[in-house]
Amino acid sequence: MTAAPDTNIVLKGRELPRPAKVAQVVDSVTFSVALYTLIVGIIVYGAYSGAQAMGYNWQWYRVPQYFYQQTDDGFQLGEIVVGLGQTLVLSGAAFALAVILGLILALLRLSGLVVCTAVSIGFLELIRNIPLLVLLYLFYYVLGPIFGYDRYAASILCLGVFHSVLISEIFRAGINAVAKGQWEAATSIGMSKAQAYRYIVLPQSIRFMLPPMTGEVVHMVKSSAIVSVIAVAELTTIGRNIISDTYMSFEIWFTIAAVYMVVTLILSVGVSFVEKRYAVEQ
Amino acid sequence: MIAFENVDKFYGDFHALKDISISVREGERMVICGPSGSGKSTLIRCINGLEFHNSGVLTVDGVEVFEGSKEILNLRQEVGMVFQQFNLFPHLTVLENLMIGPMKVRKMPRAEAEKTARKYLDRVHIPEQADKYPAALSGGQQQRVAIARSLCMESRILLFDEPTSALDPEMINEVLDVMVELAETGMTMVVVTHEMGFARKVADTMVFMEEGRIVEVSPPEIFFTNPSSDRCRMFLEQILEH
Repeated sequence: MTAAPDTNIVLKGRELPRPAKVAQVVDSVTFSVALYTLIVGIIVYGAYSGAQAMGYNWQWYRVPQYFYQQTDDGFQLGEIVVGLGQTLVLSGAAFALAVILGLILALLRLSGLVVCTAVSIGFLELIRNIPLLVLLYLFYYVLGPIFGYDRYAASILCLGVFHSVLISEIFRAGINAVAKGQWEAATSIGMSKAQAYRYIVLPQSIRFMLPPMTGEVVHMVKSSAIVSVIAVAELTTIGRNIISDTYMSFEIWFTIAAVYMVVTLILSVGVSFVEKRYAVEQ
Repeated sequence: MIAFENVDKFYGDFHALKDISISVREGERMVICGPSGSGKSTLIRCINGLEFHNSGVLTVDGVEVFEGSKEILNLRQEVGMVFQQFNLFPHLTVLENLMIGPMKVRKMPRAEAEKTARKYLDRVHIPEQADKYPAALSGGQQQRVAIARSLCMESRILLFDEPTSALDPEMINEVLDVMVELAETGMTMVVVTHEMGFARKVADTMVFMEEGRIVEVSPPEIFFTNPSSDRCRMFLEQILEH
C-alpha cells in the first residue's frame, strides 16, 4: 500500500513508485476470476459439445432414483447412498487398522533397536514399492485362500496395510517434530520412555500430524474405490452395476465422482475445523 | 551425595569429560563455570543420566549411575533438573505441568498433587498463573514454573543447566531470587551459571572447568580473590570486567 492508512497522517518520506499498470491488472481479483471462469467454461463446453457430437442421450432425470425413492412402501434409500455408506464403513475400518499398524511401525522405527528398525524399514519398503492394485490381488487371490478370509476382509487388510506405511511416516515426522528438550524434561522428572510418549510427546505431535492425516483420510476414501475390481459392494462397484443395467455411463460416473468429491470436501473442512479448535486450546 | 571417580565421557572421538573426580555433600551448593564447550553441561547431565559416562564410577545418593541401570528411573525422581530452555510442556497448563510428574511417576492422587503444585507455585511467587499455558508466560515466569516442576517431585538434589542464559536481562533476577531462597532451605544444588553475583551469595564450592577438565575447585572466598590457576583468573577477569 502506498497511501497512508489514515489520511490525517502526513508522511514525510517520498512516495514509492507504483507497480507497472500491467502487473496491477494481472494481480487483480477481477482478472483472476475472469480467467478462471473462461478456462472452466472452455473445458465444460468442450465436454458437452463432444458428447452432443457423438449423439449421447442425456438422461439426468433417471439419476435421482439412485439416491432415494418414494414408493408404496414409503421412503427408501437408493443404491448410491447405500454404496456410499459401505465405502465409508470400509474406509473407516481400513483407516483404523492403518493407524494402529502405522503407530506400531513408527514406534518400531524410532525404538533405536537395530532389529525393530530393520523390520519396520523392510515392511515399509516392501509395501511402498508394490502398486496398490497388485497388493489387492495378493491379499485376495494369494493370501485370501491361504488364510481363508473373504473379499471384504481382503479389502480392509489391503487398504489398511497400504496406508499404514504412509501413516507411519506421518507419525514418525510428528514425533520427531517434538523438541528434544521435551524428552529431556519428561525423562528428568522420572518418566519412563512409554510414559514420555503417552503423556508428553504424542499429545504434542498430534498438532503436527493433523494436517497430513486429513490428507490421508481423503486419500483412503478415494483409494477404497479400487476394491471394486474384486467386486466388493461399495460406491464404485454400485456405479458399475447401475451402468451395466442402464448404459447411462456419463451421468453415473459424473454423479459418482461428485459424491466422492462432496464426501472428501466435507472431511477436509471438518478436520480443518478441528485443527483450528485444537490450535486455540494451545 | 554425588561422587565422580575418574569419570570419562566421549561423544564419538570428542573427549568431553577427562578424568573427573569430584564430590558433592548433602546440602552443598556447587556452582560450576567455565568457557562454552568446557564440559559443564555434560557433567551435570551425567548426574541424572541424560547422558551416560563411558568409564569411571559415578554414584548419586548411593546408587551407581550407568546406562541400562534398573535404578535410573527411581534415581531421576530424586534429582530434579532445570534447563536453559525451560522445556515446559506446552500442551499442559502451568498447574498440569507441575502435577503430571507426581501423578504419573509418583502415583500421587490428583487432589494431593494439586495441593503440592499450588504450594510450590506459591513458593516461586506466581500462584496467579496456575491455569495459563506456558506460552502465555514471560521467560522468567516460565523458568520459575520449571523450578516448581522439579520441586513438586520432592527431589533431594536440583541441577541447574544455565538457568538464566536464555532470559532477558530484566528477568534474570526474579529467577535468581527464587534460587537463592531455595538454597536457604538447604537443598543440594549443582548450578552451571555465569551469574557470579549469585555464585558469591550462595555457593559453598566453586568449580572451574576447561576442555573437559576440572581446573579449579575452591570455596568462593578464595575462588574470586585468589584462584590458584591463571586460566581461571583470566576467565573471571573477562566475565567480571563489565
